Amino acid sequence: MTKVNKGFIVAALLLAVAIVAPIGQGNYITYTLASWLVFSIAAMGLNLTLGYAGQISLAQASFMAIGAYITALLTLSGWHWMAAMPLGVIACFIVGLLLGYPALRLKGHFLAFVTLAFNTLVFLVLRNEEWLTGGSYGLTGMPRPGFGLFTTMKQFNFYYFTLAVTVLAALVMWGIVRSPWGRAFTALRENPIRAESLGVDTRRITLLAFAIGSAYGGLAGSLIAPLVQFIEPGSFGLAHSLRILLMVIVGGAGYFGGPFLGAAVVILLPEMLRFTQGYYLIIYSALVIVMLIFVPAGLMGMGQRLREKFWPGRQQRADMAEGARLK
Amino acid sequence: MSKPVLSVRNIQKSFGGIKAVRGVSFEVQRGEILGLIGPNGSGKSTLFNCILGQLPADTGEVEVNGKPVSNIRPSDLNKLGVGRTFQQLSVFPKMTVLDNVILAGQEHRGTMLSRLFGPGDAGLTAEAEKMIEFFRLTPYRDTPAGSLSYGQQKLVDAAMAFMAGPDLVLLDEPAGGVNLTMLANLKDRLVAYNAEHGTTFVVIEHNMEFVMSLCTRIIVLAEGAVIAEGSPAEIRANQTVIDAYLGG
Repeated sequence: MTKVNKGFIVAALLLAVAIVAPIGQGNYITYTLASWLVFSIAAMGLNLTLGYAGQISLAQASFMAIGAYITALLTLSGWHWMAAMPLGVIACFIVGLLLGYPALRLKGHFLAFVTLAFNTLVFLVLRNEEWLTGGSYGLTGMPRPGFGLFTTMKQFNFYYFTLAVTVLAALVMWGIVRSPWGRAFTALRENPIRAESLGVDTRRITLLAFAIGSAYGGLAGSLIAPLVQFIEPGSFGLAHSLRILLMVIVGGAGYFGGPFLGAAVVILLPEMLRFTQGYYLIIYSALVIVMLIFVPAGLMGMGQRLREKFWPGRQQRADMAEGARLK
Repeated sequence: MSKPVLSVRNIQKSFGGIKAVRGVSFEVQRGEILGLIGPNGSGKSTLFNCILGQLPADTGEVEVNGKPVSNIRPSDLNKLGVGRTFQQLSVFPKMTVLDNVILAGQEHRGTMLSRLFGPGDAGLTAEAEKMIEFFRLTPYRDTPAGSLSYGQQKLVDAAMAFMAGPDLVLLDEPAGGVNLTMLANLKDRLVAYNAEHGTTFVVIEHNMEFVMSLCTRIIVLAEGAVIAEGSPAEIRANQTVIDAYLGG
């Protein structure tokens, strides 16, 4: 069975689990599952920027904010979500493109600080421009979209709407990372000088990594507005960007399935540990620390390591083979 | 004589008070294999980087197929038909050998948008497989390049440099750190490629046996200036070169 076929079967199984997951569950669990999907989209975007293209960003929550506020303002003034969402996504693409410019000159922690400053800037604008954003009180009552007879007002229906958007977003992302662009993003991460010498326009591909990753943040934001039906600047602060970063790292940066697993750990695991009552956050934090120490490549990386250990491929290292032939 | 593939005129480059390259000029004709040799610090790598646009020269001009390429970005230079290899290992370690080689050709296919919406391999799998076969790497087609031996990674690097069908390839110490068996393989492949495609090579190398047997002409640099130029036999016999570099 080819690698692609295996991936397709795993994806189909996971989709089946996602379809049955909210059946028989109450509103809160269904809401939490929808949050997992929304943050998976945001993490998918950051995974492209950081995991595939190697460009650090601590601003993903600010793109969620831009997408959420544009969608909220437009839907509150009567626009349908389907018309408002693309504007939020396009705005994030353009702002992400602009944020990518510093990445052409800065790397590592310098770039991280630029994106961190951008996140803070967006937070301050949202808090201070009360006439537009409602300031610290935020915006409430965003309508959920309806599609003819199918309304998403019920939590259960909204979950399936979010699942459909997530599947579409994942398919688009799959198309991007499997295309020559995906190869160029990986080349940018692994060896930008060599990539440039092979004709890869590393400036353009860096900007695209930021723009597309940010657009996914905007899409997640445009879903969080009708999901929560209340947004305020504090929901998109630096701590939330760090949470999305944690999702990417814990899931496995640069792995397609990483963001889904990472978002599950960050969103769902604390809920699953609630039976421990007051200790659940301590246990959750300890588990994350242990995971990062022992599995720095994330859960997907751990999976690959286990596969290599227990089901090693037939390919042996070439220099070993050469060595074995020496007399 | 036809138009030279590479024309370097009066390149000068200083780092503070140190003159690394002092007015070097030369031309390379189509199909030629030119060696650039000289002791450490003679300015070979600086000259290479000035030709490839990775260091701006203080003065001088570089032309490829008659087009001025001074201050051009390396990606644009590559699209003008200039490939290169690096002194250090320069493969993409987590990508398979096939993906490494496809990457080297994909930016020459279609537009940026057509590459997004077109096939994942940019229609290059068959061509890349031929290149992999040419460099005798077929058993490692689906192996991550980073897990190959040093010499084989050098071969992958060379395969990438040739994938886009360049007119000119600059090879930066291709023999460095490569074992004798692999070195013979590399030389054999370079000679075969040159004979088959008429591609022009400029080679920086310290391995004299490799340079003398591969190159058709050699330029010797010392202290940033050209001290000798000629066929391998002429260079071997040149007393200035013997004194400055080869030794008695």
